[in-house]
Amino acid sequence: MDQSALLAVLLTIVTASTPLLLAALGELVTERAGVLNLGVEGMMVMGAVAGFAAALTTGSPHLGILAAAAAGALLAVPFGVLTLNLVANQVATGLALTLLGLGLSGLIGERFVGQPGVRLQKLQIPGLTDIPFVGPLLFGQDILVYLSIVLAVVVSWVVFRSRTGLILRAVGDNHASAHALGYSVIRVRWAAVLFGGALSGLGGGYLSLAYTPQWIENMTAGRGWIALALVVFSSWLPSRLVIGAYLFGAVTILGFFVQGLGVGVPAQLLSSLPYIVTIAALVVISTRRGRARADTPACLGQPFVPDR
Amino acid sequence: MSASVTAEAGAGRGEAETSEFLVEARGIVKKFGAFTANDQVDLAIRPGEIHALLGENGAGKSTLVKMLYGSLQPTAGRIFWKGEPVVVTDPGRARDLGIGMVFQHFSLFEALSVTENIALALPNASDMNALAARIASVSRDYGLPLEPRATVADLSVGERQRIEIVRCLLQEPKLLIMDEPTAVLTPQEADQLFLTLERLASEGCAVLYISHRLEEVKRLCHASTILRHGKVVARVDPSKETAASLARLMVGADVHAIRPKHARVAGPTRLYVDQLDLPANGPFAVALQKVSLELRAGEILAIAGVAGNGQSELFDALSGERRVDRAGAVVIEGEPCGHLGVGERRELGAAFVPEERLGHGAVPAFRLSENVVLTRDSIFADAARRLLGFLDFRAADETAARVSSAYDVRKGKPDPEARSLSGGNLQKFVVGRELDRKPLVLVVNQPTWGVDAGAAALIRQALVDLAADGAGVLVISQDLDEIFEIADRIAVISRGALSPGYDAHVMTLEKVGLLMGGAHGGSEAIEGALKLREADGRAY
Repeated sequence: MDQSALLAVLLTIVTASTPLLLAALGELVTERAGVLNLGVEGMMVMGAVAGFAAALTTGSPHLGILAAAAAGALLAVPFGVLTLNLVANQVATGLALTLLGLGLSGLIGERFVGQPGVRLQKLQIPGLTDIPFVGPLLFGQDILVYLSIVLAVVVSWVVFRSRTGLILRAVGDNHASAHALGYSVIRVRWAAVLFGGALSGLGGGYLSLAYTPQWIENMTAGRGWIALALVVFSSWLPSRLVIGAYLFGAVTILGFFVQGLGVGVPAQLLSSLPYIVTIAALVVISTRRGRARADTPACLGQPFVPDR
Repeated sequence: MSASVTAEAGAGRGEAETSEFLVEARGIVKKFGAFTANDQVDLAIRPGEIHALLGENGAGKSTLVKMLYGSLQPTAGRIFWKGEPVVVTDPGRARDLGIGMVFQHFSLFEALSVTENIALALPNASDMNALAARIASVSRDYGLPLEPRATVADLSVGERQRIEIVRCLLQEPKLLIMDEPTAVLTPQEADQLFLTLERLASEGCAVLYISHRLEEVKRLCHASTILRHGKVVARVDPSKETAASLARLMVGADVHAIRPKHARVAGPTRLYVDQLDLPANGPFAVALQKVSLELRAGEILAIAGVAGNGQSELFDALSGERRVDRAGAVVIEGEPCGHLGVGERRELGAAFVPEERLGHGAVPAFRLSENVVLTRDSIFADAARRLLGFLDFRAADETAARVSSAYDVRKGKPDPEARSLSGGNLQKFVVGRELDRKPLVLVVNQPTWGVDAGAAALIRQALVDLAADGAGVLVISQDLDEIFEIADRIAVISRGALSPGYDAHVMTLEKVGLLMGGAHGGSEAIEGALKLREADGRAY
């Protein structure tokens, strides 16, 4: 393989991994607070359509980014009201949220189908970006790629080093104790759910603004579910999440690449690779059950009702 | 009864005297719907006083302290702090005033470190390293050693309680509330706790102490307030009372003592456990290591131990909820059954009462009659019914009614759902359901956990009677008073290993305590074993 082909592959891996990383980071924070939101797919696809629409109507991809995050957070609001305030079942509500997001985005996006979108520009730093091979890879990405890495570092620091993160983990580990100590469990969880929604929306927005700047119905194509699996895969650690997201991005792209080389493997098998790897990863993790359970936020998915 | 009971109206407190009290609750009323948990409760504590709050389960003790700590708000009444009226809006406000609380059910975060757990209760703690150093020094100073970096999940119950206490100490409290602190401690750990509390009191800190253990209240406390059905019924100096007179004040009637049974005749072996190994099934679970025991007809063998040392694993292995491959590891009535499930072991004549009555011992949403069927389906199925898969609900109704009347199960309607019963009544029902089968072997885990004195006495009497009738009874309990009251032989479980069974009349509290902590490793264990051998020498 020559160098330019390798560069192309690596660049696409970055683009394929970033939406996974963004959405999974948000879900990681949500789950650290003890809330299981299975609506990632729905929030991503809403982010995709909102980002596309905003960028197209205003001509600014940056407004598109903001709109994507806002749309994801907005869709998380009914989830929060139902599961946190009205104590509905989190799994059922999350699944409903995905269905709602997919349907709603199809409706909103109907008139955008087939329209060319506004692409988020890649960074161009004179001198640095021009360095052969390394330049485009390290200094020629779009801002969301850098944002996703910065966010991973920030989330990691906040969760494990700051008081805010300590409270977040406490609420996820034992909500009754956190309540007894005087922390507002519901408020912390609301913040985590909204953050998770915004980052899922951002991940979806990346798809319609940078990955393929157009709107296609159901364009998230199951990435929300992969993001959910990644959170478990990473044992709720942001550093491992970065590795996991890039691993899955790489598997996806290598599938396409192998197809392009004309290897005699059925295309369907190759495009199902990421999902097979997801299942394999989950199986491996669940066989180390003891350890995985120790990492799991103990209150994950459990409803909380403060006593009177 | 000594005559030091002060009438309900209180000790004639005048307004001018109020400032002598650190905290005073006046006319506290708390209603949950139609239920009045606290009714015109007055409570006053002086600085440096260890004040006992006594009462049966459901007398309103926890409700009252939760209002002092701001977790609940009173329906009526006022709280005064150093003579000034205050509204304790939330636990944060209570901490600002100088009120610390050690909870009955620990309020710790298992996945977090000791330092992180404590930091959560200290709003201004931002420098974790400085806090860790402070924890180490304060815990050493008070004789409550703690490793700041350890994760709570890895710690014993005694260590966890130290975290709670150190957490309160770092807040420099003026009032420390302790809700049943010794329920989970070994006698030695409890002694250490009393030293700490006495030191705190001598430094001017007031302690509000809730306990069911009247002997330790007599020993430790300077004053007491006794609640019954949400009302203050007496204020006495516990050191001038006897445990019996305190119990009488709490219950409002004499608590009947367990009838001693006839001299035991060692009967045939009912249950035999041989070198039972069981791997831990989770990161926080305990593995059983070569557990052996023999339970004979006519005796009660009690297994003491601090919670989380393998009691539930042992129960699961005996009941068949967890099976082992080696059939001979568990032998019921001469039948190797290590590989058999719960139902098959029942058919051999065994009966099981698990610790968790609601959700394990009984299905919350099922009626009592339906819960009867769950442990006795074979009995209700004659050949024809068994063939068709129908149950005889009339027989189930009759059984439920018989159990209810025999064991004094108080309920609102004839056949209520299990969850509508109070804890004590449901426990009586769950135990009675098994006893009604006249089992040859009964394995019961925590028979009177969270049950009031009257119900506990009834259950213990039933266990004693069952053994007297020729059954073997295995009682797993953390309540040493209960164990010494009913057991013929006592064994101690520690870190998944079971000590030999000692005759109850040669066992002492001290010896049980040594065995409880004995297997925890290191020089402590050797020292414990030596002391134990000495104690053995004296006893025989």
